[in-house]
Amino acid sequence: MRVDSLILRTAVRYLFPLLLTFAVFVFLRGHNDPGGGFVAGLVAAAAYGLYSIAYGAEQARRVLGVETRLLIGIGLAIALLSGLAGLTSGLPFMSGLWIDLPLPSPLNKIGTPLLFDLGVFLTVLGVTLTIIFALEEVE
Amino acid sequence: MNEWLLALPFFILLLAIPLALWMRQQGLTTAQMGWLLALFPLASLVMMGYAVLSAQGQPVAVSIPWAPAFDISFSLYLDGLSSLFALLILGIGALIVIYAGGYLGSDPNIGRFYAWLFLFMFAMLGVVLADNLLMLFIFWELTSLSSFLLIGYYHHEAGSRSAALQALLVTGGGGLAMLAGVVLLGQIGGTFEASALLVQGKALQHHPLFVPVLALILLGAFTKSAQFPFHFWLPNAMAAPTPVSAYLHSATMVKAGVYLLARLNPILGGHPIWLYAVGGVGAATMLVASVLAYSQTDLKRLLAYSTVAALGTLTLLIGLGSPLALKAAATFLLAHALYKGALFLVAGAVDHETGTRHVPRLGGLLRAMPLTATAAGLAALSMAGLPPLFGFIAKELVYESGLEAGPIWMAVALFMGLSTVFVAGMTGVAPFWAKPSEKLPHSPHEAPSTMWSGPLLLASVGLLTGLLPAGAAERIIGPAASSMAGQTIPVKLVLWHGITPAFLLSVVTVVVGTLLFAYRTSLRLTLQRLSWPWGPAYLYERSLDGLNALARFQTRLLQSGALRYYLLTIVLSVVVTVGWVLLRSGVPWVLPLSVNDVLFYEAALAVLILGATLAAILSPFRLGAIAALGVVGAGIALIYLMFGAPDLAITQFAIEALTVILFVLAFYHLPRFKNLSSPSVRRSDAVVALLTGSLMTLLVLVAVDVEISPVVSRFFAENALTKAYGRNVVNVILVDFRSLDTLGEITVLGVAGIGVYALLKFRKGRTKAESAAPSLARRSAQPAQAASAAPALTPSVPLPTDDPAEASKGGEAS
Repeated sequence: MRVDSLILRTAVRYLFPLLLTFAVFVFLRGHNDPGGGFVAGLVAAAAYGLYSIAYGAEQARRVLGVETRLLIGIGLAIALLSGLAGLTSGLPFMSGLWIDLPLPSPLNKIGTPLLFDLGVFLTVLGVTLTIIFALEEVE
Repeated sequence: MNEWLLALPFFILLLAIPLALWMRQQGLTTAQMGWLLALFPLASLVMMGYAVLSAQGQPVAVSIPWAPAFDISFSLYLDGLSSLFALLILGIGALIVIYAGGYLGSDPNIGRFYAWLFLFMFAMLGVVLADNLLMLFIFWELTSLSSFLLIGYYHHEAGSRSAALQALLVTGGGGLAMLAGVVLLGQIGGTFEASALLVQGKALQHHPLFVPVLALILLGAFTKSAQFPFHFWLPNAMAAPTPVSAYLHSATMVKAGVYLLARLNPILGGHPIWLYAVGGVGAATMLVASVLAYSQTDLKRLLAYSTVAALGTLTLLIGLGSPLALKAAATFLLAHALYKGALFLVAGAVDHETGTRHVPRLGGLLRAMPLTATAAGLAALSMAGLPPLFGFIAKELVYESGLEAGPIWMAVALFMGLSTVFVAGMTGVAPFWAKPSEKLPHSPHEAPSTMWSGPLLLASVGLLTGLLPAGAAERIIGPAASSMAGQTIPVKLVLWHGITPAFLLSVVTVVVGTLLFAYRTSLRLTLQRLSWPWGPAYLYERSLDGLNALARFQTRLLQSGALRYYLLTIVLSVVVTVGWVLLRSGVPWVLPLSVNDVLFYEAALAVLILGATLAAILSPFRLGAIAALGVVGAGIALIYLMFGAPDLAITQFAIEALTVILFVLAFYHLPRFKNLSSPSVRRSDAVVALLTGSLMTLLVLVAVDVEISPVVSRFFAENALTKAYGRNVVNVILVDFRSLDTLGEITVLGVAGIGVYALLKFRKGRTKAESAAPSLARRSAQPAQAASAAPALTPSVPLPTDDPAEASKGGEAS
């Protein structure tokens, strides 16, 4: 179901990149301040949801580029793999591993929990969009 | 070195699973696949054989920590008993793999067949090599599972499917009992490693929990090894392709129960209950299976009943537990695997070449299938216990054990011996030497080389070990009997003992058994007239029916198909169960705060939320109700913010925003916003809502008072930055400290998303299917739906339609 509204489409054109940037911001911020993969996933889903209302689900799927159900699987796989990383170092499953990078905070610490959070982000995004797009495509 | 030779065979067998599927895609013929894949078990056999020989009588062990917190390790242990079983699994396994290549000829699913067969081989090897009892259980159930898949290989036939299910339910159920027994055994013994438990010996028998442990473990062993009264699944499992019957249901899997008994004999054996439970059940199995064998005419079912009798014999011998009996058990185990495996493969070849397994129809195949007939003849002579074959030595030992134990046990052994001679004649002699009674479906000719090589080899080994038993006695049977006993038993086997009481009984057995075989037709007809319908199989059927009836009843009760009843069920269950616990543990009926503590804006927020709630309930418009709910959500987010939970607040706001989007999308599809419930229904709904709300309020009040150990929160607060490099404690808990919980949660989320997707996408298809054949749930749901949807309809008015959508339309119109 597409809403044929010039106002909405124009607004979404500017809101969409803004919301996605905000999602990335919330995602990275989550480490030290309120935010994180879950909320970021919801925000990104809201961006694509708005986009699909303005331009139709088919167009939104094209912009996303990945089948939403596949996104769920990818997210879960990333979360699981991030947990396996600890095993290779002889630590228990889900142990966090960290690398120091010569970058300003919060980018200076890269570790498996960040990867895990990325998995959470992708799963939430995938689930929400699966529901939104499916609702939209119901006859 | 030896440790690796022990662990490597596993991985070799696992490797064969994908390879079998791949080979099929490459277009190899089934025979080629059979020859190639047989190299895998052969290579494993060579490695293990080398490991055993170079260990020089000492057990080989390897242990890799797996879940040390639960005392589970991937530990393997190869001693005399496991060597004997590994030899059977891998040696006969290789022959079966070759044989299946010929037997399943042009079957398009051969890749899948081999994949399952190797899965089984892997699991079965795991059962006999596992040192850790929990690991043994996992492999044990894996054999049940692969057996299920293989019995149901001809899945288009209803008989195969129900036989597979029956085998799975019986052996899987027993397996669960065994798990409970193993866990208890591990608790009282302080370890799950069998080798460590064996050191403790019979000390565990004085523990008060010993009898439950014994009962549970025996239940597992008896179901697996088809002991009376669980014997019925094995003959039905003959629905499997013949290579499977020969391998799983004669040579290996059904002996897993016997293996477990033998393995644990040094710990559990010697107890008076052990003698009567194990020995008694074994004896009962021998008697029942022997009687039932006489009325069979199908080659495979004849062999199946005699297998059950043989398993009973092994159980009986382990129950007796004397050094002589254990020596007999090890010898009989090997002899039985050799001759029964050969006869099963012969039965498959006969079926393959003639198109029937019905013994009275078969005959005169000697000329057409000389090689198969030779194999059959040798195996049958061994089975009947005639010198100079290995079966003779085994039977002499069984009889000697019977004589040692007492006249009753001896009588049972003799009874079993008679039926064994009978079945040997029926399966190994009659099809080849008897006069053919009628024309066969196919004109028979010799089976392909893949199919006569296996049985001929097995039968020849039976002849060879009979003539020269010293090597087998020293290398295989002696060590196996010693592991069973928990002490060294010297084994010397000789073919000729002289004229002993056991030999005289053997002569009697052969003479009477041959007479029974000669009068087989009248014997069968007599027994079939006496058939007894209320056996354990009947009980199994009835209890399965009962289970289904119970499932239907509770489905009708709980799965009404109407969303409002689901919600009501869930909410009321929570209210009742949680509320009950809450009342029992004491409720703080007094609010733990005074009015003066409440700040003005807190009170204002509370009033706002309450007002919005009322508006949502009373609003005559959908948009108004949704907007009011949005106010409630935003108010709660504000509460989070005020009381120091910004993460929750952000999430709540994001959810509210998304709800708007979802609502916009769903709005179009919703039916007219109309009050369909009667006033009384609404009143009871209000009661439920108020109860739920009150319960949650009380819960929060109780939760505030509960003293949670401050150590936990202090740990998180202190280590979030130092150990996990994050200042946001909540997020660090979510993605690092307790990430396993989060992983579980997002998995549930993913599953829920797929579920919603399925419901939305397949809605249309479902409506069509339902209108064609209304399901049970629908039928029971429909009157309730109509009643609540159409208050104006009196009960005397016949319900207009089976479709709830139309029914509700009718309600709206009225």
